[in-house]
Amino acid sequence: MRHPTTFALVFFGLLALLPFVAGSYAVDLVAKIMIYALLALSLELLVGSTGLVCFGQAAFFGIGAYAAVLLSPTDGSTPSLWLSLLSAIVLAAVYALAVGALSLRTQGVYFIMVTLAFSQMAYYVVHDTPLGGGTDGIYLYVKPAWGWLDLDKSEHMYGFIWLSLLVGFLFLSQMLRAPFGRALSGIRVNEQRMKATGFSVYPYKLAAFTLSGAMSGWAGYLFAIKDGFVNPELLSWHLSGSVLVMIILGGLGHMRGALLGAFAFALLQELFRAEAVFGSYAKHWHLSLGLAIIACVAFMPHGLVALPAQLRERLSGRGNRKASVKTSEEQA
Amino acid sequence: MTSDVLLQGINLTRRWGGLVAVNNVSISLKRGQVHGVIGTNGAGKSTLINLLSGEFPPSSGQVELLGQDVSQWAQSRRARSGLGRSYQRNTIYPSFTVLENCRLSAQAQHQQAWAFWRNADTDATTCRIAQDVAVRVGLGDALARQAGFLSHGQKRQLEIAMCLATAPKVLLLDEPLAGMGAEETERMLTLLQELKQDHAILLVEHDMDAVFRIADLITVMVNGVVIASGTPNEVRNNPEVRTAYLGDH
Repeated sequence: MRHPTTFALVFFGLLALLPFVAGSYAVDLVAKIMIYALLALSLELLVGSTGLVCFGQAAFFGIGAYAAVLLSPTDGSTPSLWLSLLSAIVLAAVYALAVGALSLRTQGVYFIMVTLAFSQMAYYVVHDTPLGGGTDGIYLYVKPAWGWLDLDKSEHMYGFIWLSLLVGFLFLSQMLRAPFGRALSGIRVNEQRMKATGFSVYPYKLAAFTLSGAMSGWAGYLFAIKDGFVNPELLSWHLSGSVLVMIILGGLGHMRGALLGAFAFALLQELFRAEAVFGSYAKHWHLSLGLAIIACVAFMPHGLVALPAQLRERLSGRGNRKASVKTSEEQA
Repeated sequence: MTSDVLLQGINLTRRWGGLVAVNNVSISLKRGQVHGVIGTNGAGKSTLINLLSGEFPPSSGQVELLGQDVSQWAQSRRARSGLGRSYQRNTIYPSFTVLENCRLSAQAQHQQAWAFWRNADTDATTCRIAQDVAVRVGLGDALARQAGFLSHGQKRQLEIAMCLATAPKVLLLDEPLAGMGAEETERMLTLLQELKQDHAILLVEHDMDAVFRIADLITVMVNGVVIASGTPNEVRNNPEVRTAYLGDH
């Protein structure tokens, strides 16, 4: 898959066909993975495109999810899809704006810690206050609808998630080709030079951070609607960590890497949890998943995206370093 | 004549703890002049450039750009107002192509942050500027190459091209000739002669032959202090400079 466009066509084409050929378990699993993929895309915008390693993505995801549930009408009527989606996105974006405004004053490892701290704050708010229903979480009884689109039907839900992921992917891909995206790349590669050239980098980073938070909120919204249930674990740092692993697994610096990484991570997890495959050992799936990820990172330092190039290189027997450097830097 | 002073540093001092890297240095750059700054390693030349460009603030003193006090301005704002600089070590974007290095620099003056639907690669204004400056420094046939794979001399040329892409009025060049071959040096000096017509140029350089050839004024720094300033001839014959720095030049 050397061409990002071909990849996107095949990827989204296969996902669109899946419900016609696969059973309900697989469709449900893939719907969940697509939500993670949207979340991974939002993090890829920060880590892979802008060079900001954020360790608090779960907070925005969770805020979107809780907004979906908490803002639904109390009288049991059907929530308006666009209104509830929009409010979930806006709430996540507002929190991201506030977190970004403060945390972007720090750099490197401090930025990682500050974003983690802010996401833990949000976690404890829903975990320990009456607002979020505590550890038990909250159920969503009536799912949103719009015209004939009824998210209570699983095939409609699948279609809506698919569309969301497609829109998110196309939007980010275009944005990276636009002057704004190029400025973000410049900040990632050489922030000092960007300043010396005349860019005020702070507003750019803040815009990217807010946008990323909004997309995470969108993913969280879909998650809450799909399962009809939210709990504080959606905001936990475990999720933030998992999403980071996804984009690293897929290959940083590529939008399609985030998609591949989300699928690879979730499918590996699914595999190691399967008792049919691993028998009683399946309960130790954390261990096997961890080992598998270490192996992946060790043998594919540029992620799944660079795997074809890596294999070609290995097969042709020439240590053509230039090619692999190029692949790892090109933007998808 | 004073209206031609484009950039002025007034009584600039920068302390790092007990070390005074730049001590009460005043310098003015005029349109049509190349002002050379020479001195031994650690004399404070690069620090002076950093103070003028706003990389970090001075401990005391002020900077005036085009007659305006810009001491409190961030580096990016000074850059947008016409202050261009190059770095002693290459600070290009190694993973981008030569053209994109220049285009992104040009974009600083034409920021359209919210035009998400536009493609940067087909943006007529910035692409034209990028192409022009790349050709001007002699990188016209390397536009599509990845900047990280250029030769050292070409990277120095790219530094200048990126600087020019921001359409500066003042150029602060930190050792643009370092590590260049004879041919590349000639080309760069010719370019500086051209640029000097409508720019004010500060040239920090170790290549004495080049500096004495091209500079209209030379300032000599030792340990953060200016020990002499004047025309190349005055500086060459200054006894203090001879003992401190030039040897038997």
